[in-house]
Amino acid sequence: MRELHARLKQLFPLGELTEQRPNLAFVTVPAEFLRPALLHLRDREGFTHLVLLTAVDWIEDGQFQLTYLLSNRTQACDIGLRVMIPRDGATMESIHEVWPTAATYQRELREMFGIDFPGSPRVNDEFILEGWVDVPPYRRDFDTKKFAEENFSQRPGRVTTDPATHMKEKLYPGGA
Amino acid sequence: MTYVPDRSQYPAKKADGTLDIDLASGKYLKLWQGPQHPGITGNMSVELTVCGDEVVEGKTHVGYLHRGFEKLMERRTFIQCFPIVCRVCVPEPDFNEYCFAAAVEELAGIEAPERANWIRTLILEMGRINSYMMYLGGQAGAFGLGVIGQWTTYVRDLMLDRFEELTGARIYHMFILPGGVRDVLPDGFDQRMEETLREIERTMQDVHDVMFCNAVFKKRAVGQGYIDPALVDSYGVTGPNARAAGIAKDVRKNQPYLVYPQLDFEPVIGKDSDIYTRADVRRRDLLMSVDLIRQLLAKMPRTGPVMAKLPNVLHWKIPRGETYIRGECSRGEYGYYLVTDGSGYPRRVNVRGPSYTHAMALLERLIVNINISDVAGLMVSLHTYPPEIER
Repeated sequence: MRELHARLKQLFPLGELTEQRPNLAFVTVPAEFLRPALLHLRDREGFTHLVLLTAVDWIEDGQFQLTYLLSNRTQACDIGLRVMIPRDGATMESIHEVWPTAATYQRELREMFGIDFPGSPRVNDEFILEGWVDVPPYRRDFDTKKFAEENFSQRPGRVTTDPATHMKEKLYPGGA
Repeated sequence: MTYVPDRSQYPAKKADGTLDIDLASGKYLKLWQGPQHPGITGNMSVELTVCGDEVVEGKTHVGYLHRGFEKLMERRTFIQCFPIVCRVCVPEPDFNEYCFAAAVEELAGIEAPERANWIRTLILEMGRINSYMMYLGGQAGAFGLGVIGQWTTYVRDLMLDRFEELTGARIYHMFILPGGVRDVLPDGFDQRMEETLREIERTMQDVHDVMFCNAVFKKRAVGQGYIDPALVDSYGVTGPNARAAGIAKDVRKNQPYLVYPQLDFEPVIGKDSDIYTRADVRRRDLLMSVDLIRQLLAKMPRTGPVMAKLPNVLHWKIPRGETYIRGECSRGEYGYYLVTDGSGYPRRVNVRGPSYTHAMALLERLIVNINISDVAGLMVSLHTYPPEIER
């Protein structure tokens, strides 16, 4: 993976390589170099399979991390390209022409994280949620508990226990 | 006489590539297959636009089973996530448990004991057989062979008995937890498993004779639903769907995990990439799983721990990191992408279910120009489970 990183670094301004396993590494790419890097990896380096495309909300840094995980079957290795984009007005270039399946991932990210991918097919169509008007629900600032309490009512006669206390008693009786 | 389709009735394409469908013209009809329909796999629906009895456009709609697992897990400690993950995929839940457990172990620096890895592999292969049994019944049913589903459900039930005695549960086993597995094999398990495997082999012989040699099934499945091998990588096709197209994509062989390097097997490959070949690849893969279970039981160590020592799970913090763990489930590549931030809760969990690509982009492409009556057969042949699309 280090050799691959060295080769890529001559072409694109990459961040440091994080080697998670001998066959899995992550590297940060500036947003404007993502498309050429993906095309290079797909056409020259044999990373032909887009495993997944997803986002991580680093709300404290005001950034979304987009992870494009690519797999090379013949070499049995994977590389994850991380792209950091600002949370405010989050927009990213669409890669549906590179991998047609990316359109589905981008549609989900649009709905769940509010990240726009202009030009991606049916990106504004509802994917899972119907008529959602709240904060995109997979963002960290969306509070599931508060949403549930405001929108749903508890069935009467239902007993609930605090999970932390309950588990503590079950797992470590006597406070061991 | 060769059949030449009449394309004069077909919709023209607009400048942006979408079809110019004028519903008011009376040429086209919107037809919803699902979410409540015998010819649909699970709770999803396909919005078909048909011209006569031929499909001109299909759009997959999901969301009927969305429970927001990925978000739920962000509010739970790592050990609290463990009983949730199996709910992501109902018919084959063990892959969720394995991938989540392996991801947590990798980021926390825990190594599961050797014996636990053997038991984990056994569980995964047992789950694979169950999942294929459901598939075979569904595939035959979609083409009108109702009895196959009754036979496969019967042997699946025998396998559920084995699951019950091993894990205490039939569907959601919650057996593979971070650090190892919950228990060892019960006494006499090998003997009863061997009886079950023999019953499975007998049933599979019947299924082969009645389903795969059946003229009606062949007539409807051969040559139908062709996946071009060139689409395999661009559409993220994995598992039996890719192997039926002649591409040996099998995570068990390509990137071996657990104890697969110590087992003797070769990925099952097909050639013709149609519905029939995909069904046949799965049938042979099922028989391979039977063989793998025999190998596992013969080679498995019978002594040693099955659980590594975990820290106090109520205050378990995992250092910042990210990883991706994959396994070969019955539908293809199943994976968990886990991001941790040093706190006691996962920062992000993303489930990569193989149906995500198969049931959306691939199905929408394959469904064009097929007959309405073949839609169910095509959909089942991709072996999709909607819950792993929407999580």
